Amino acid sequence: MFKYWNPNIERMPIEDLHKLQEDRLRSVVRFVYAHSSFYRQRFEEVGVVPEDINELSDITKLPFTSKIDLRNTYPTGMFCLPSDWVVRYHVSSGTTGKPTVVGYTQGDIDMWTDSLARALTSIGLGRGDVIQVGYGYGLFTGGLGLHYGAEKIGATVLPIGAGNTERQIELMQDLGSTAIACTPSYFLYINEVAQKMGISIRDDTKLKAGIFGAEPWSDETRRRIEEATGIKAYDIFGTSEMSGPLCTECHLQDGIHIWADLFLIEVVDPKTGEQVEDGERGELVVTTLDKWAFPLIRYRIGDLTILNNEPCECGRTHPRIMRILGRTDDMIVVRGINVFPSQVESVLMRIPEVGDNYQIIVDRKGPLDVMTVKVEVTESTFSDKISDLMTLSKMVGKELKNVLNITAEVELVEPGTIPRSMGKAQRVIDNRKV
Amino acid sequence: MVAIKQISIFMENKPGRMARVAKTLSDADVNIRALTIAEAGDFGVIRMVVDDTEKGYRVLRDGGFTVSETDVLAVEIKDTPGGLYEIVDTLGENNINMDYAYAFVTAKAERAMLILRVDDTKRAAQVLNEAGVRMATRVEIQNI
Repeated sequence: MFKYWNPNIERMPIEDLHKLQEDRLRSVVRFVYAHSSFYRQRFEEVGVVPEDINELSDITKLPFTSKIDLRNTYPTGMFCLPSDWVVRYHVSSGTTGKPTVVGYTQGDIDMWTDSLARALTSIGLGRGDVIQVGYGYGLFTGGLGLHYGAEKIGATVLPIGAGNTERQIELMQDLGSTAIACTPSYFLYINEVAQKMGISIRDDTKLKAGIFGAEPWSDETRRRIEEATGIKAYDIFGTSEMSGPLCTECHLQDGIHIWADLFLIEVVDPKTGEQVEDGERGELVVTTLDKWAFPLIRYRIGDLTILNNEPCECGRTHPRIMRILGRTDDMIVVRGINVFPSQVESVLMRIPEVGDNYQIIVDRKGPLDVMTVKVEVTESTFSDKISDLMTLSKMVGKELKNVLNITAEVELVEPGTIPRSMGKAQRVIDNRKV
Repeated sequence: MVAIKQISIFMENKPGRMARVAKTLSDADVNIRALTIAEAGDFGVIRMVVDDTEKGYRVLRDGGFTVSETDVLAVEIKDTPGGLYEIVDTLGENNINMDYAYAFVTAKAERAMLILRVDDTKRAAQVLNEAGVRMATRVEIQNI
């Protein structure tokens, strides 16, 4: 029997769901127009008024917004309610620019929590589970978001945050954690440290599920994690602008369910802004339908994905997005060819002889870009023969070339020499001066 | 079986890497009998025979190195012209292929030793033995 947190909403017939979205879209458009000079000005620029928005398809009449707007209106110029409505701020670290501020009413926090309660229930978690929250707490949305969602479903929360890896493993054992939420790269590191401590996550802990996100990761990494530790690895999605981590795959692990009563999503061609067909890859655009301090209208998230509107076998009717393929701003251009770190990752993780960590380094030598991929040689596959290592390095290069269409230099390095991260892993080092 | 264990270590070709290996062994009081480095551009493989293989292997592994153990033969070479020829000819005659070899002279400088990696260690040991070539055992290597 499948479990639902809110079966009436999660299994709502599609026509009813669309009707609900339409009503909510009309409200949110009127709301932002009435409350925010930023949105009023944007609407005027494209010559649209709230009365023009009646059906779902009218959404394309609305202007796009993006992180640039959020930066230009720093700190709270895109908020639509006065600050005394706001019960919490979160602030992004600003790794790719100025920090960005998001804010929530109590209702917004409840919406966020409810979204996660549905998601966590859909992967079979609930009362009796111990959920170890290994995302950072504080200004980052990951820790507190998961924390509230996990409490809501009656699970026990272990709010350990990121880092302190040996302690993570000790408490995982002592308190019987059944699920962990953190970045996939950090979980791989936890597993590495556990092995050094002589602890097998599979045999010596009760861990059965991982909720992994905050960085793009591949199906091949999922397979690696599942095979190495015996847990089920689930993808979680959400950005701070949307609230934080919000939505996951269900237990069938076939795409992330985006709650349609809360978010209206589109996938558009990043260049033209036109909606692409279902099943085609494009950039995710989000309009919030039940978020009020800081609503989003056609906000370009920057994540590249594929939309799937087919109802899922789990019974949920809400659209799914396929695994995030990367972010438009993660993409590196090497010799004129677009490369996503996630493509490199999916190639490497298929090759058992290379370790779980990798790094991509881009340099410019003369007029030419040179991409070097560093991989660690694993103990289990190291033979004493030089020729085996040469073959491995050549094979990795060939596989990369097949997928990326460019030649990458492969550097075999000693295990443990590629930096580990407790949060988002830095996979790309671009040494080119732009 | 007269085969002895050799330790192989994967190493990046960078300053200070060899020093880390040497220090790890020195701290554990493991003595290196013979050593060779095979390099291939960015990386290399250090191969060595030490007095206490188990301990050497363990401390290197715990130190985070990528290590493996390989069977090799420690063959005594007569200190006369043709000493090496006798050995490699015996192997060649028996169709045994040599992957690599490296030599060292024992502390008392009485004997030269050849560390030999072949594709069929067991048969190599047998044919060399039949040809009257002496091979050092693990205990002898420990006590040289």
